[in-house]
Order: sequence, then structure tokens, then C-alpha cells
Amino acid sequence: MLGKNGIGKSTLLRTISKVQKPLKGVVKINQKELSSYSNQELSTCLSLVLTERLPLSQLTVFELVALGRQPYTNWIDKLTQEHLKKILWAIEQTEITHIKNKRFYELSDGQLQRVLIARALAQDTEIIILDEPTAHLDIHHTFKVFSLLKKLVKNTGKTIIISTHEVNLAIQLADEFILLSESQLYTGTSQELIEQNAFEELFPKELISFNKTLEQFVIKKN
Amino acid sequence: MNLSKTYTTHFILLFVILLVLFITNISLGSVSIPLKEIFNLLSGGVASKSSWETIIISYRLPKAITAILVGSGLSISGLLMQTLFRNPLAGPFVLGISSGASLGVALLILGSSVFGGFFLVAIYSNWALAIAASAGSFLVLSSVIIAANRVRNTMSILIIGLMFGSLTSAVISVLAFFSEAEQIQQYLFWSFGSLGNLTWAELSVFGIIYLVGILGTFLVIKPLNSFLLGENYAKSLGINIKKSRNIILLITSILTGVITAFSGPIAFVGLAVPHIAKMIFSTSNHKILLPAVALIGAIILLICDSIAQLPTSEFTLPINAITSLFGAPVVIWLLIRKKKIYV
Repeated sequence: MLGKNGIGKSTLLRTISKVQKPLKGVVKINQKELSSYSNQELSTCLSLVLTERLPLSQLTVFELVALGRQPYTNWIDKLTQEHLKKILWAIEQTEITHIKNKRFYELSDGQLQRVLIARALAQDTEIIILDEPTAHLDIHHTFKVFSLLKKLVKNTGKTIIISTHEVNLAIQLADEFILLSESQLYTGTSQELIEQNAFEELFPKELISFNKTLEQFVIKKN
Repeated sequence: MNLSKTYTTHFILLFVILLVLFITNISLGSVSIPLKEIFNLLSGGVASKSSWETIIISYRLPKAITAILVGSGLSISGLLMQTLFRNPLAGPFVLGISSGASLGVALLILGSSVFGGFFLVAIYSNWALAIAASAGSFLVLSSVIIAANRVRNTMSILIIGLMFGSLTSAVISVLAFFSEAEQIQQYLFWSFGSLGNLTWAELSVFGIIYLVGILGTFLVIKPLNSFLLGENYAKSLGINIKKSRNIILLITSILTGVITAFSGPIAFVGLAVPHIAKMIFSTSNHKILLPAVALIGAIILLICDSIAQLPTSEFTLPINAITSLFGAPVVIWLLIRKKKIYV
């Protein structure tokens, strides 16, 4: 999901994940209205990675990922062998095995982001929604997160929706786009959007412009 | 997980300490009773002096049990509040529970001089104090909960609770201003807190209500752990936020309400013990923390009570002063050493 600052990306993501009520209209997941899902039902088909900071606690990486199993655990939160298997699988997929006994506040932003993705994976849902997962990351870790998400889509067939400002990277990696502009909402593959000149509408044109042959935004010289 | 294994020694050690302190607490007092006699009495035997039996059975034993209930109950309430509000400064009294109880007692004691002799008859019984305190804390707490269900932000509830607290203390000041010295003194004594004075009948009522609260905490272990990630994540994990919040508030009010009703507003324990437990056990998992906090809370209150009766064996110092005098430096020291404070 692309769009400039303040256009409503987070609002839209928060709406389709039931974090906030719709300002207008209805959201449907699998032909069923979101508002008629209970928290419990929704938790088994949609998981989240949010931008908000976690409260400072002493949770370890393992415990944090294990919390993803809560929709399936019994009333006292007992982890059976099956739960453990799913948790370890999520930890392995996100390559955080070496830090699984560390406390989450000791991690770098890049590591923490992968831990949060592991937690969402452990929740074992069809859809994962991530709000700006690369907001504080350098280019190396940004790419690492993106390629991890790409790998997960390929290996698990999950639907992963992310909002991002990394337009150039997204054009190379994403299968489909939701592009929010002042005038309208575009959806489709990068080729379809390029044909519709959608990317040109993303930002004001004074400083940067979209180069169709490079399929990238470039800075205007002069 | 191998988690439970690593904590077993902690728990066994704490339990032994609790037992030792329990016996020590019973053996201390203005009349010295041999340890052998105490063991004899506790295991259902008969003491060689009947006065010893009276002292142990109807005075020291209920007091030690009260200390355990009060210490563990307040500490659990504190932990619940800190996790619910994700604020390390929260304690069982932030919701105006103690000020509500104080208001009830103030109305009973101070009100008698303001509104005439209507209440005078009842003042000297513990039951009247307990009922007044419960009614007061229930009243203030229900107003806080009603207000809480109208706001979505958990932090606002914290502030609403604090506001109710200062409202009630203002009312108490006004009442005190119009009261006579004798009544003010009486109110002051209640606010010092006291673990003694409970008969077995009172203690059993206390115990039953306490148990109801403790059983309730088992229901909220799961929501409590998910609250560690914040409300939005908890919701996305399938937790019914409003329901869990109300259950947690209800448990806290039951525990703190009944404790304050029978033993007065006891400061410090509810705020500090959860931090001590979090440091000793270095975990945030409520399955471990809840029993840990209960054990440490009971231990600390038994220590405080033993100190309260040691220096001048004739008198017992106010427990409320001891908890803060002894506890505050400990927490300051722990924080300076560890430098980090967790929700």
C-alpha cells in the first residue's frame, strides 16, 4: 500500500484490521462483514504488526513469539507440542533463532521487526497486515524484511499487506499495489499501475518524478 | 518449555522463608512463649499454660494469617494494576479504592460529630468500620468503573481514579475540620493500619472474599500476558478487552476493598512488591509472577509486622509506617542497582 504521508494508509490498515471503526462503508473478509467477527474469530484469520512501541516488559523473544499462539491455547495458556512446533517454525523462518532467549528491549530495530513478524506468523493466519514495517530501518535491514516477507508469501501462500514509503523497492518486489492518491485509489500490478500513470499521482511533481523506463522515482536535477 | 524448572528453586526457597517467618512472627510478642509450645499448639495439641493458648490461638495466629492475606492480596492487586495500565507507578490504590474506604470510615467516625450522635453507637465495633470502608470503596470504585467504560484510553482511567481520590480526600479534610480532636485521633488510628484485632469470625469472612478474588485471577492470566504487548495487539490476539478490563478491575476492588476494610489503608506493599518480584524472577510471565508476587508480599508483610512489635515489646507500632520505612529504601536501592523498571 503506497501513498504520501497523511493520505490515510495507516487509517485504512487499522480499519481493515478492526483496530478502529470504519469512518464510512463496510469491510468484508471472506464475504463476511468485519464488524460481525468477534475478536476471537478474527484473531485466527488476521494478524498484525503495528508501528506502536511495546510497553517495557521483560518478555523474551521466545515468549513474545509464543504470545502469537494465544488464539489457540487453552484458558491457562498452556503450550502443547504442536504450539511449540509452530513457534519454533516461525522463529526459524524469520532467522531469529540465535536471539530467541534475549529480552526484546535488547534488540536492534531490525531484529525486533523480525521478531514481531515471527509473532504474527505463529498466529497462523491467512492474512498478515504490517503497518510500515521498515520505518526505522536502514537500507540493508529494509531489504532483509522485504525479502523475508516475499519468501513467506512464496512458501506459505499467505496474503501479506504492508504499507510502506519504500516505493522503489516495493515496485520491484510487490505482487499487487493499493495506491492512494488525492484524487482516487488505484489497484493492480506494478505494470498495470505504470500504464495508468498512477505512480505520477503519488507525490507532488516539483521535486521528484517517476521514470517509466527505470520504473523508479528519480530526483529532478536543477 | 524449561521455564518452570528454573523457577522451582525460587519458589521452594520463598515458601520455606514464608514458613520460617510465619513461626517467627507467632513466637514474637510481649509474652515470650517457647517455640516447642508453639509447634505443639499449631499441630493441634494443648499448651502447658492456658493463657498461652489464648494468646496464640485468638491473637497471634489470626494476626499472622491476616498479614499473609493482606500482603499477598495487595501485591496481586498491584501487579494487576501495573499490567492493566502498563504503568510501573500504578498500585492497588490508584483507582480511588483506598480513598473510598477512607471516606466511608471518615463519614462513620468524623461524621458522628458533624451529623450528631446517630452513628456513635456503632463506632467501636470492627464490623461497622469494615462495612463503612467496603461501602465507601465500592461506591468510589463503581463510579470509576462507570466512568472507565465511557473512555477508551486506559491512561484516562488512571487519571480519573486519581481525581476521585483527591475529591474524597478533600471531603475528608472538610469533615475533619468540623470534627473534634478525639474523633480525628480515632480516624487517624484507623488510617495507621492494623493487622491485629481480627476475630476468627471476621477472619473467615475476610478469607472467603479473598479466595474469591484469588480464584478470579486465574481467569485473567491469559489477557494479562497479552496486555504486555499493548491493547491493540491484545485485541488482535482475540482478547475481549472491555470484559477482561472489567474482571481485572473487579478482582482488584474485591481484594483491596476487603483488605482495606479489615486492616486499614496499608501503603507501599501493592506498589513495591510487584517490582521486587519482577527483579528476583526477571520475567513478565504472569503464570510465574502471580504466585511469586503473592509469596513475596506475604513474606514482606510478615517481616514488617515482626518489626512493628519488636522494638518496644509492650506496644505495636503502626504497620503502615513500618511498611514504608522499611520498604521504600529497599525499592530505591533495588532501582539504583538495576536501573530499569518494567511494566
